[in-house]
Amino acid sequence: KMVLAQVVYQGKNDSEDSGLRFATCQLLWKQINSETEKIQEELNKQLFDNLIHFLRQSHSELQTKKTEWMCRMKSSEIPTAALVLGVNVTDHDMTFKSLSEVLQDNVTPYVVSLQAKECPGIKHLLQKLMGQLMDCNVDVDSSEEEECVNISQKKIRCSMASLSKWYESVTKKTDSETPSKKRTSSSRHWQSPPIVVIFKDMESFTTKVLQDFIVISSQHIREFPLVLIFGIATSPMIIHRLLPHSVSSLLCIELFQSLSCKEHLATVIDKLLLTTQFPFKLSEKVLQVLINIFLYHDFSVQNFIKGFQLSIVEHFYSQPLSVLCCQLLEAKKRVNSLSHNQCENIRSLPSFRRYVESQVSEKQIALLTEDSFLKEVTQTLLEDLHIYHENYFTVLRCLHVFTTSLPKYPLGKQIRELHCACLGKSVWETEEYESAIQLLRMLAKDELVAILQKCAEIFISSSGKQFSNTVEKLEEFLARFQNLEETSEVQDVSVSSQKELQKTTDLYHLQKTLLALKESKRSKKLTKFEMLRFEVVDFIDSLVRSYLAPAEMQTLNEVVYFNTANTLREHLNAAPRIALHTALNNPYCYLKNQTLKSDVGCISNTAPDICIVYKLHLECGRLINLVDWLEAFSTVVTAVEGTDPDAVATDQVDEIIHARFIRAVSELELLGFIKPSKQKTDHVARLTWGGC
Amino acid sequence: MPNFEHPEYPEATLLHLESMVPCRESQVSSLLSIFGEVARSILCIWVDYRCSTKMFVLTNRLKTNLNLPHVFVNCVECFTSRLLLEEILTQLQSLSSEKKHGSHVPCDTFNDFVRLFKQEIITQDLQNQTVYIVLDKAEQLREMEANVLPGFLRLQEMTDRNVTVIFLSEIVWELFRPNTGCLEPFTLYFSDYSIGNLQKILSHYHPPEYSADFYAAYINILLGVFYTVCRDLKELRHLAALNFTKYCEPVVRGEANERDTRRLWKNIESHLKKAMQTVYLREISSSQWERIQKDDGEPGHLKGLSAHAHVELPYYSKFLLIAAYLASYNPARTDKRFFLKHHGKIKKTNFLKKHEKTSNHLLGPKPFPLDRLLAILYSIVDNKVAPTANIFSQITSLVTLQLLTLVGHDDQLDGPKYKCTVSLDFIRAIARFRLKKVYYDTYNTPKIT
Repeated sequence: KMVLAQVVYQGKNDSEDSGLRFATCQLLWKQINSETEKIQEELNKQLFDNLIHFLRQSHSELQTKKTEWMCRMKSSEIPTAALVLGVNVTDHDMTFKSLSEVLQDNVTPYVVSLQAKECPGIKHLLQKLMGQLMDCNVDVDSSEEEECVNISQKKIRCSMASLSKWYESVTKKTDSETPSKKRTSSSRHWQSPPIVVIFKDMESFTTKVLQDFIVISSQHIREFPLVLIFGIATSPMIIHRLLPHSVSSLLCIELFQSLSCKEHLATVIDKLLLTTQFPFKLSEKVLQVLINIFLYHDFSVQNFIKGFQLSIVEHFYSQPLSVLCCQLLEAKKRVNSLSHNQCENIRSLPSFRRYVESQVSEKQIALLTEDSFLKEVTQTLLEDLHIYHENYFTVLRCLHVFTTSLPKYPLGKQIRELHCACLGKSVWETEEYESAIQLLRMLAKDELVAILQKCAEIFISSSGKQFSNTVEKLEEFLARFQNLEETSEVQDVSVSSQKELQKTTDLYHLQKTLLALKESKRSKKLTKFEMLRFEVVDFIDSLVRSYLAPAEMQTLNEVVYFNTANTLREHLNAAPRIALHTALNNPYCYLKNQTLKSDVGCISNTAPDICIVYKLHLECGRLINLVDWLEAFSTVVTAVEGTDPDAVATDQVDEIIHARFIRAVSELELLGFIKPSKQKTDHVARLTWGGC
Repeated sequence: MPNFEHPEYPEATLLHLESMVPCRESQVSSLLSIFGEVARSILCIWVDYRCSTKMFVLTNRLKTNLNLPHVFVNCVECFTSRLLLEEILTQLQSLSSEKKHGSHVPCDTFNDFVRLFKQEIITQDLQNQTVYIVLDKAEQLREMEANVLPGFLRLQEMTDRNVTVIFLSEIVWELFRPNTGCLEPFTLYFSDYSIGNLQKILSHYHPPEYSADFYAAYINILLGVFYTVCRDLKELRHLAALNFTKYCEPVVRGEANERDTRRLWKNIESHLKKAMQTVYLREISSSQWERIQKDDGEPGHLKGLSAHAHVELPYYSKFLLIAAYLASYNPARTDKRFFLKHHGKIKKTNFLKKHEKTSNHLLGPKPFPLDRLLAILYSIVDNKVAPTANIFSQITSLVTLQLLTLVGHDDQLDGPKYKCTVSLDFIRAIARFRLKKVYYDTYNTPKIT
């Protein structure tokens, strides 16, 4: 955070409110972060509740039925929860952290999480297990601390037997405690709480360790209630792959599945981006970058949120006017205290310039010269922007209800796709929108009514008052559909013609009547329902055209929209190979030295040695002759220095040049472009392909 | 009259013993005869047992019933030699003394063990008795230090005390025999229970509320279904307990009486078959199975573990996996043909080499270098793929998910090699495009005429 502060302060001089910007950025991120945590909690709630229920049940079975015949006959299996979390491994840590917190709060203090890399052998596993258990005992009651240290010192040898002894002593202790002494924390837990062992990454554990652990602990399952949780990233089949039947028959495995990461992302986008709650917005391209990274690379919601955070920081850092990116009332206040410099910043915004050009000339002059007038206008423009957003999201949701009912989803199934389509350009000019409208015109009545009802609900629940007319209109449509139903006229014409069809027996007449029927259908006037349907679709179309205008068209959109997608892509989806190639091929790009500016293709004289060597090697095949290479290098370098051509003519290469060459070549080898080859003497092998 | 006869033990004990370990008459009597000879002790006994027929229960019961001083240790649990030796000593301490757990004795080497063992025998006053050490899952001893197994084999010699070591193992002695210091143990084989034996043993533990005959009929049906797949007594007993309530249902409801075997059979048979496909394979858990029975619902709505085989992967991960699969199962020679647009003509006759005619699937995945993986990836993805850091980290995460494996050491940075470990079905499920076009084995499958 300190670093962040420095970065923002250094960014622009203080006349551009960098301090305030930093504070705003911090506050905004704090709000967003707490919102994401809330979302996470809600999404995990169902899963965790199920798990706790499972723990409770597995536990009670061990307790109650000890005397029954059934229980004696049944082999005592270790209750095991197979928790399928999906392939987005980076998100799992968060889930496990909150899981063990929830378990520790509600079920048992004895929660152990194990990672495969900590447990290469059964010994390490048990060490880790017991270490964590003894520690958590200290947490339960700090007065026992001294005793605990003694115990753990005694038990340097970690075996299951000592673990069960430990469990016995611990539970006895809590039982013997008088109720008055009992702390609140222990009363929340169940009596004889289970020991929960979480295997965070099931796939990475070695078969032997898992098998041994399960076999050992199954022998002690009667002594203390043990519950295993397997964190699985791929599919539960991995259990069968890792464990033979003789071992898996010791387990009582139940499956739990977390929400899919795509649904998770949809919720996050819905709660963070498609809302007016937070003033900060992402432009279409930036959002597309973040979504692409998610869908193409990692499926990680955490990374998505990290990317979102980065865009916030980047926006507040690079855009001086981001100081206005806060709640509307606050922003209006801040407008008044803007410096002259900042006013100039506003004037240079492309969207503001567009706005100025559309005004009458007196007003133009006033806007460009008078700061106070500019501030006044800015306030109203900010308010307009706010209203635009309020309308935008409501209408977007409404349009989404329509488009999800269409076959093949021309505008995308997810609301985020629709959002991207609307953000970037005028959606009504696209082909997809055209075909969607076409399809809407063919909706069946009951579908259409259901959709209209949903839309009405969306409009009613939206805070904006400006939609009261729209709601009225929608309700009117609904009423008219209702009326249609009541006065549904039987289409006499068609019925009678069908009767005719049945009557006619002779082929000629049949053909004639069929033709006549076809003709009548073509020229037939639209039914009342069809008319109404057209009206509805036109109404929706008008809503879209008036409210879903792209954000770029809005004046002052630069204040709240972050749109430098390139920076974000460079940071989040780095391409080291390409960066390396650019650095070596075009050193000017990074060094910014005017002398290095050169045409593509020719080898610059003043470039660093490694760049020259690199460029020369691009022209070679798979095997590179070192002598030829050296010669070429020497030619290029000496040409630079403009030495005597006679000296070059001699075969002897200057020692210094030779040394420089060798150093450059070994640098290339270090970077992994070449490696020594044994196929031919004095040759090196190229490890990359492609080039100039 | 009991089946075993032994002069030293009273008849009642022997009878009790027989009821405890049914169907093991010959083995028990030979064990008894060995145990009986207190003075002239046998050195080591090697007991083979297959299918974990609760052998250790048997010997354990023998010991406790006959009041022999013994130590029982599980070698899986004591995974280092030190733990093992200390455990034996600790148990030895508590043999005769009153306290339940002996104090901890530090013992690092086998030498210490022999010394401490001798001391302990004297303090416990066991010189005139044979002490038995039972080592369960003895195959684990092979993984400890080289001197442990020979040490135990010659324990009597080294301690000069009456001590018998019993090794219990599922593996035959021949696979154990150490190179040096070996003393051939006396080997005793325990054969599998026959179906008759199983029937007898399982019926022995009938529930108190029902008659033995009724339960025996049930066991008969149960064995009819399960005997072909499972002969493990413990597992069978578990299954019998799980499904018994369902069997009793008609009787409880009064629709059939206990002797109406035909009706009871009809009621239970399909149920048991379902159990074989689900709960026996641990596709669903025992408690879930019980819940289904209680609710009388169909297990259809409850999918087993295998039903969730589909794995959702990010876009490029899918293609990486497909590329890895192709690289693993296609010969590198054929890449040009499959992945280049203008590969020129390839002579049909030369295309298939003789040794490549066996299906690549029978040979398993072959390792391939990273470069080849990327080259195939670039060729199968329609649009351009930038070699970003994310792509490389995706390869690594596929390795952690065990969908690819890294061949060789993971510290080798230069030209790592991978293998693809997923099955054809898995790839088919994630590959939307026609795999056939670029998949060598389809050219290679024998024609059916």
